[in-house]
Amino acid sequence: MTAPVLDVQGLTVRLPARADRVNAVENVSFAVTPGEIVCVVGESGSGKSVTAHAVMGLLPARQLTVAAGRILLEGDDLLTKTPAEMRHIRGARIGMIFQEPMTALNPVMRVGDQIAEVLDIHTKLSERERRQRVLDVMASVHLPEPERMIDVYPHQLSGGQRQRIMIAAALVLDPVLLIADEPTTALDVATQAQILKLMKELRERRNTGVLFITHDFGVVAEIAHRVVVMQHGRVVEQGATQDVLRRPRDEYTRTLIRAVPSLSPPARASVADAPVVLETKHLMMTYKAGGFFEKRREVKAANDVNLCVRRGEMLGVVGESGSGKSTVARCIARLIVPSDGAILIEGADVAKLGTRALRPHRKRVQIVFQDPYRSLNPRRSVGDAITEGPVNFGMNAGEAVARARNLMRLVGLDPDALARFPHQFSGGQRQRICIARALAMDPEILVADEPVSALDVSVQAQVLELIDDVRKRFNLAVLFITHDLRVAAQVCDRIVVMHKGEVVEEGTTAAVFAAPQHAYTKALFDSAPGRNFEFGKFDQE
Amino acid sequence: MTESAGAPAEIGATLFGHWRPLAARYPFVVVAAIIILVFVLAAAFAPLLWTTEPLALNPLQRLKPPSALNWFGSDQFGRDVWTRTVYGTRVSLIVGIAVAVLSISIGLFVGMLAGYIRLLDGIVMRVMDGVMAIPGVLLAIALVSLSGASLVTVIIAITVPEIPRVVRLVRAVVLTVREEPYVEAAIAAGTRLPQILIRHVLPNCVPALIVQATYVCASAMLTEAILSFLGAGTPPEIPSWGNMMAEGRAFFPIAPRIILFPGAALALMILAVNVLGDGLRDRLDPKLARRV
Repeated sequence: MTAPVLDVQGLTVRLPARADRVNAVENVSFAVTPGEIVCVVGESGSGKSVTAHAVMGLLPARQLTVAAGRILLEGDDLLTKTPAEMRHIRGARIGMIFQEPMTALNPVMRVGDQIAEVLDIHTKLSERERRQRVLDVMASVHLPEPERMIDVYPHQLSGGQRQRIMIAAALVLDPVLLIADEPTTALDVATQAQILKLMKELRERRNTGVLFITHDFGVVAEIAHRVVVMQHGRVVEQGATQDVLRRPRDEYTRTLIRAVPSLSPPARASVADAPVVLETKHLMMTYKAGGFFEKRREVKAANDVNLCVRRGEMLGVVGESGSGKSTVARCIARLIVPSDGAILIEGADVAKLGTRALRPHRKRVQIVFQDPYRSLNPRRSVGDAITEGPVNFGMNAGEAVARARNLMRLVGLDPDALARFPHQFSGGQRQRICIARALAMDPEILVADEPVSALDVSVQAQVLELIDDVRKRFNLAVLFITHDLRVAAQVCDRIVVMHKGEVVEEGTTAAVFAAPQHAYTKALFDSAPGRNFEFGKFDQE
Repeated sequence: MTESAGAPAEIGATLFGHWRPLAARYPFVVVAAIIILVFVLAAAFAPLLWTTEPLALNPLQRLKPPSALNWFGSDQFGRDVWTRTVYGTRVSLIVGIAVAVLSISIGLFVGMLAGYIRLLDGIVMRVMDGVMAIPGVLLAIALVSLSGASLVTVIIAITVPEIPRVVRLVRAVVLTVREEPYVEAAIAAGTRLPQILIRHVLPNCVPALIVQATYVCASAMLTEAILSFLGAGTPPEIPSWGNMMAEGRAFFPIAPRIILFPGAALALMILAVNVLGDGLRDRLDPKLARRV
């Protein structure tokens, strides 16, 4: 085995006093050899990002301090370096890529100049040589037409192209180590697949060691050579990818891997005979964009969308960001007024009803949102949130509280917690509260707009189970919006695939997953990370 | 990584808790609060603070330097400067607080309507732009000269130019809050507009408004002094720092203290209120505090 490019030994990072634990990371050791991709996996709060930041020497000063350990870059201890020396090492010997490609790039600077900036700081190349190096590196990350792209601004690029620019900037000086902190989390699956492919290819070509931080086991299965699993700031398990995924030794690793939803849908009882509760007919949502300086143009966020959901059925609406799936959800919940078409709730068209006429229909459709941190008012107690709806519709306060207590029990929370405020709950618990709030209205239709996308994988599984459970218990028609094929495979009876505002494919989950018809659906399925890997099938079992 | 998303919720809980760390972290804020408290007590108990009658003329004691009888000396009519400075605190505080309360209340109401009702937004904001285009002091002078000098007129005249800034602030908060999923959830739960505004939008405006109120208060006290100095403010029979300075202006070369004492009191008060406002902002808006 060759000498490791990065060797982290017994790293301990202390949290400030009065935090929920003493150390952010404790006694963490692992190594990255040249040409190797090491994935650090863990849920939020596991200390994986803190580890990456410690290696980069970018821990927030005075808040997080390294208490013990060594971080060796090619045998050089980074912890003994002065800030000035670290500045020289970052960029030249360690390249970095972050999660959000939009905020990591300066919006008022041409992308070529941003890549050249690295060269400007670390080398003494002439203007012409610099430009050539930038063009070369842009070509190597497969950016189309580098000659043209070098002079554009970040907002003119797509998310995937921006991330390529970030990678180009990270690689322009041929660093020995590349640190990628959730680099594909903010990207669509298709783009994610391309970026992962690019990283694999670059590693082969340049023999760079890659430290890849992620929460997604699909990504791990796709690119990692070795895996480091972290929990509560400690390394619970590490080893070769196949070993860890197939033969996990630690119970926590097993739980994590088992929680990854499978891409093969389980058998589900048919609800084809149940009455249709929700139907959209030729639903259109058109936004007018541009104006002033640009030419006015129309954006069809939803174009001729026809859906139908039966009682007790979970209909998955799958698509990438910008596909119009959320627009459809918001139209159905009547948070926005559709431009055209009909929304039939048990035969009654609510698409164009005014505030007053709509009111009786309000309680029949309830919605659960993606972001559990923003979907509850931070200044009102959980009890107030859950009882708000029923009280609006004339229920007396005592009765509403009694119902809220029952619902809290139903979603697996302590009924006595009603007096508490949202910040006292975790993300998963807040999502449970949101489900309870929706159920308090006794709805017939539940719209779930990416309800588990912001949650850790183990919590995600529990919340999915809860949603499926309330569907059965209350015989709800559920419209489940998601970008995650794995999630859709597990909980949906039928699936609708949306692309650019239009429905491109529709069918039972089993049929769509077994034999996707539309070219877009096929492409979407092909880009799902770890699609060839069956999670949770351990060798000893 | 700590869970930063939970931070805004703790604002209310910690505003009045943990005084000791607050005093250690913001010593100037605590000093400012004490100064303001002293001024408030002085205004409330003015007759007990070894003062005489603020309007009592004493021709024999004209332009006397500070002494045991007149702590801050006396002015050109022999009135006690100490007494008048202490009584002047009343005018400043009344004007500052009244203007802050009035402009915040009116601005809050108008701002919420403008932010939430699209139809009103354009009209209301153009009117506000119009009011903002006129310099505040000029507008106040015009209003006072139209309706005659009295404390109430002065308060109204200072309040009007302050309103647009509050409206803009409230509207900006409303525009961000109305996009929050919890507001959409409330709409989906059939909550009516007035309730949405009171339950969900108003509480989110409060921190910003408390901070704004301190700035309005300080600027109102200053404007009152300016108006009085220009002779368009409180009538001469009410001692205020502004008209004390105006009257003492002519005697500045021989008795600078006549201007000095009310001037120093005004500067100290406004500084204290502004420092308190900065402290509250740091406390109520953690995002901004961290940036500093």
